[in-house]
Amino acid sequence: MNFKKTIQLVVNGAAVQRDVEPRTTLLDFLREDLGLSGTHMGCEHGVCGACAVLLDDAPVRSCCIFAVQADDQRVTTVEGLAPKRGQMSKLQDAFCEKHGLQCGYCTPGMLIACTALLAQHPQPTEAQVRDAISGNLCRCTGYQQIVDAVMYATTQGVARESI
Amino acid sequence: MKAAPFDYVRANHVQHALELLSQWGGEAKLIAGGQSMVPMMAMRLARPVCLVDIDRISELKQFQLHSEHVNLGAGVRQSSVEHSAELCEALPLVAQALHWVGHQQTRNRGTVGGSLSYADPSAELPLASLVLGANIQLESASGGVRSVLASDFFLGPMFTALAEDECLISIDWPVWQGAGIASGFEETAIRHGDFAMASAACQLQVDAHGKITRLSFGVGGVDGTPLVFSDLAVQMHGQTLNEEAARELAHVAASRSQPGTDIHANADYRRHLAEVLLNRVLWKAYQSACKSFSNH
Repeated sequence: MNFKKTIQLVVNGAAVQRDVEPRTTLLDFLREDLGLSGTHMGCEHGVCGACAVLLDDAPVRSCCIFAVQADDQRVTTVEGLAPKRGQMSKLQDAFCEKHGLQCGYCTPGMLIACTALLAQHPQPTEAQVRDAISGNLCRCTGYQQIVDAVMYATTQGVARESI
Repeated sequence: MKAAPFDYVRANHVQHALELLSQWGGEAKLIAGGQSMVPMMAMRLARPVCLVDIDRISELKQFQLHSEHVNLGAGVRQSSVEHSAELCEALPLVAQALHWVGHQQTRNRGTVGGSLSYADPSAELPLASLVLGANIQLESASGGVRSVLASDFFLGPMFTALAEDECLISIDWPVWQGAGIASGFEETAIRHGDFAMASAACQLQVDAHGKITRLSFGVGGVDGTPLVFSDLAVQMHGQTLNEEAARELAHVAASRSQPGTDIHANADYRRHLAEVLLNRVLWKAYQSACKSFSNH
């Protein structure tokens, strides 16, 4: 039986149209169908945050959404955060500067969560940063360097990046 | 693991969804935010043949504020309630409960109706609905609309009065009016946002002399469903509360619970947690209510 549906989304600013099985998660769609492997697969049941993307600007767990549910919506992945190919967003640059990553596995999810935070709170407090990343697990950094990176990105007189 | 193959239909209005449920018997399931359904299907704990998507039905995304209650569409996102100043003001206990519901990323998809219909014994919104005495509207193609009190809705772990062909349409949340009202919600989990080991909620109203005129309180995560203690609450009417009375009340209530034992906590520990949390919310809410009254 062919249950495939045609879906249309805007991913990182580009319109895409594909036929997908309903059971394909948004995570698998992004990684396998679109080749955007920056979004990572961690627990696949909604607790680790490695799969976080922005759906119509809101941070969500892409492993907990079927791609067909996201028809007609806008998705931003980590690949869409940099202003231009070869550049990094101020937040990404701050993560480098402040060692906000080691293995890098949680990093796309962290960047998505923090980008969403900064869109609402351009000058967040540390408590707000911790709250924003509370749905994302990191096994390497102990979180402090991630918090430091976000604070560094937002208190160095740098302008807020828009999505 | 990946979900088993299924067919998918997006319903554009409630009647369409209900017709599909009726057609498919138990083989069709509804999906709104999907924060419970998608992982369950991925783990193949659920294997509907047809998934009916009700997440774009605008009728289910509405809410109306009335003086005595808020009518909230089942499809309203948890994050929408969280970020609505008027809803948080009308329903402070729901606002407090939402703070503990999952994480921002799950609240951006999860719906209020979804949380109630899954009826996880440790879920926050079912506990809040019981404490507030919410009225839940269900609809089916064959039976039309019916209203079920929260106290009659939650029947067991992950088990509600929702029939196979029914959709949870909306919830009437009572609004308390007047001075001297306070509420509280507390929870303990391994990590903030994880399933509660135990939770406690209360809402109360006092008069100018600190006498309780209205009280409702309950615990979650320590039995098959959340528990409320109407008989104990009624006994407190006309009384003031002190620390000892709050402790005693929490103790009597918590000892009625029958918690389970699992990898995170054993039954005794859960019961003890429930007692501590209940004591805390009762005493804090009482003090807050008395204080707010004296500020008028």
